[in-house]
Order: sequence, then C-alpha cells, then structure tokens
Amino acid sequence: MASLRDIKHRIASTKKTSQITKAMEMTSAAKWNRGVLNAKSFVPYMEKIQEVTTSIALGAGGVTHPMLTHRPIKKTGYIVITSDRGLAGAFNSNVIRRVHQTIQSRHKSNDEFAIIAIGRVGRDFFVKRGYNVVLDIVGLHDQPSFQDIKEITSTAVGMFADETFDELYLYYSHYISAISQQVTEKQLLPLTDISASAPHKLISYEFEPDAEAILEVLLPQYAESLIYGALLDSKASEHAARMTAMRNATDNAQELIRNYSLSYNRARQAAITQEITEIVGGAAALE
Amino acid sequence: MKTIKVSVVTPDGPVYESDVEMVSTKAKSGELGILPGHVPLVAPLEIGSVRLKKDGKTEFVAVSGGFLEVRPDQVTVLAQSAEKSEDIDVERALRAKERAEQRLREQKQDNIDFKRAELALRRAVNRITVAERKY
Repeated sequence: MASLRDIKHRIASTKKTSQITKAMEMTSAAKWNRGVLNAKSFVPYMEKIQEVTTSIALGAGGVTHPMLTHRPIKKTGYIVITSDRGLAGAFNSNVIRRVHQTIQSRHKSNDEFAIIAIGRVGRDFFVKRGYNVVLDIVGLHDQPSFQDIKEITSTAVGMFADETFDELYLYYSHYISAISQQVTEKQLLPLTDISASAPHKLISYEFEPDAEAILEVLLPQYAESLIYGALLDSKASEHAARMTAMRNATDNAQELIRNYSLSYNRARQAAITQEITEIVGGAAALE
Repeated sequence: MKTIKVSVVTPDGPVYESDVEMVSTKAKSGELGILPGHVPLVAPLEIGSVRLKKDGKTEFVAVSGGFLEVRPDQVTVLAQSAEKSEDIDVERALRAKERAEQRLREQKQDNIDFKRAELALRRAVNRITVAERKY
C-alpha cells in the first residue's frame, strides 16, 4: 500500500485538477449560453434570406444561375468546422472521423477534393494526413461575428463560382441540446434543397432590375450565411460538448478523491494500530 | 399617417425594428423610396444609407450592400453588416479608411486585393458620412 504521504499528495493534486476542470466547466457554460443566444439571433436573418431566395428561385420561372445548376463533378470541396482547442470530449473527433470516412469512400486520389478547414484541430489533422487544405482559419473568437469569417466564406463561395470546385459540402456539429450534438453533412453548393424548404405561400415580387441580377447578389450571400450559420451552430455545440466533458472530468476527480481518502484513512488507522501493538508488545516484554 | 413595419437584419442579429412613414435608400438601379402600400419588391442595395422617416424625424442606418425586400405589410433590409448612425464607431471607420487608402496606393489596379480595398474604403467612407449625417 502506498505511504500516507503519497496518498496525501495524490489527493491534493487530484483536488487541484478538479478545481481546474470545474472552472473550465463554468466558463464553458457561460460561453455556451452566449453561443446559443448568438445562434438564435442569427435565425431571423437566415429565415428571411431563405424565404426570399426560395420565392425568387421558384417564383420567377426559368431563372438559372450557376449556383443552382449541377455540373459534372471534377473536384469536391469540403468545409470542415472544428474547434481550436481540445478537451471537448469527442466533439472534434466525431466530425473528423465522419469527413475522413466520407472522403475515403468517395475519392480515390487526393486530387479529387480539397479541404477548407475552420478550426485548428481539423486543420492539423488534415495537413498531417497530407490532404489538400486550400484554406484555413484558426483562432476565431468564441462569439465570432460575421465580419470575422467573411473572407473565408466569400473565398469558398467564389471558388465554386470560378469552378475550382464543382460541389461544396459543409461538415459541422449540429447543436441539439446541451448533452446531444450531431455531426451534420450539408450540401452547400449547388443549392439544391431550395424547393424542399418552400414556404406556405409564395409572394410574387417585382424585381428591380430583374430576377437574374438579384440572384447574382442573393445566392452568394445566402451560401455565405449558411456557412456562418453552421459556424455558430458548431460553436454552440463545442461549448456544450466541453461543458459536458468537463463536468464528467470533475465528477471523476471527486470519485477519485473519495477513494483516495478512504485508503488514506485506512492507512492512517493501520499505522495507529501498528503503533499501539508495538507499544503494548514493548510493555509486555518489560514485565 | 400610415406607417409600415421596417426591420434591418444582419447575421449578427436585428439592427433596427420600427414602424416608419417612409423608407428611402439607394438600390443598384438608383434611388428608391418606399411608402406604405408599395407592391412587393426585391432589389439589391448599394453600399450606402437607409433613411427612415418617422414622426417628422429621419433616422439613418448604414448598410454595406445586401438587399431590400418589400411586402405588403413589411419592409426588410438584409445586409451582411449594418449599423444605426448613433452606433457607428467613427474612430474605427477612420482607421479602416486609412488602411484601405494605404492599400490602394500600394497595389495595382487589376488586383483582387485592390477591389477588396476599394470596397473596404467605400464601406468606411459610408460609415463616416452616415455617422456625421453629411449628405
């Protein structure tokens, strides 16, 4: 059995660890709240832009735009959203595993696809594997504003427009609740699911100057906001995942401390008993 | 007087919401004024200001592009960024203006960065004019 001093050390260090994890849990909880709020305040914009896009794309018959049409696929782009830091349970590995498996099953050579990585963990993984990471952004704020990622969204959408990519997928962790997040795959471009989300009644708009010119402005903005929406969603998930992971870590530390205290007390009692036995033995020997 | 509901929405949340008598702004195709009862309309906007007339006063919102949607009962401006004139950080806009001008001096005309700097400059100038309400 470990000595009293060893056990005492271990208890002290475990206690410190649990204080850290507890603090991390609390900061994550605060960030998680903010993240969920951010994701919520984005909803009106998203709904509105979706509504207008749908009305125009469906309402004005015969309108075509490169972003709405399929073309033969020569190169696929994957936008992968992960976090910058670990200690969030399986948050990052779930997303990465999904992307990795998809790529393995869909592509034979590295030339058929490229990756746009948002978040350090994802970037490092794909760079290490020798995949083609064309764009990356790391060190994003916990409450990213649209301006922070404007550049990457417009470049990504631009790369579809100039036919660097023929399709663009988005992978991120969708926030369901504090204890449940789900890895989601979304086809970003070409925009195909527009008709699926048609609102109840379509309004027939006047277009100023015409429908094509509006789609020209609207569709890139729509695609960019989808990426931003996914990022907010992913941030909310990240903090929720980290909060859960840290709570588990704190609970485990408490459990460990309980066990250690038990063995500490046992060891102490054993030492006392031994001392008494020795004294009694010594006294008996003197008689 | 008849009013119409107006909201200016950005990815970072709603910026302005109120009932106003008239909305005027600059669309890609020219100046545009919306009164209550306008036909449904969609128009892309220039980098500029949205002017909202209400109780004899005019409020200003700086928008960086985006578009305007008019419905029978509501006007919505969807922009990637927008600020009310009193919320504009003039200091920051001035710094952005200087940065953009610097970049414009350094780069060649056909460069992508040049176009980007040009847009940044227009946004910064727009913010400053809206904040100072000089028209």
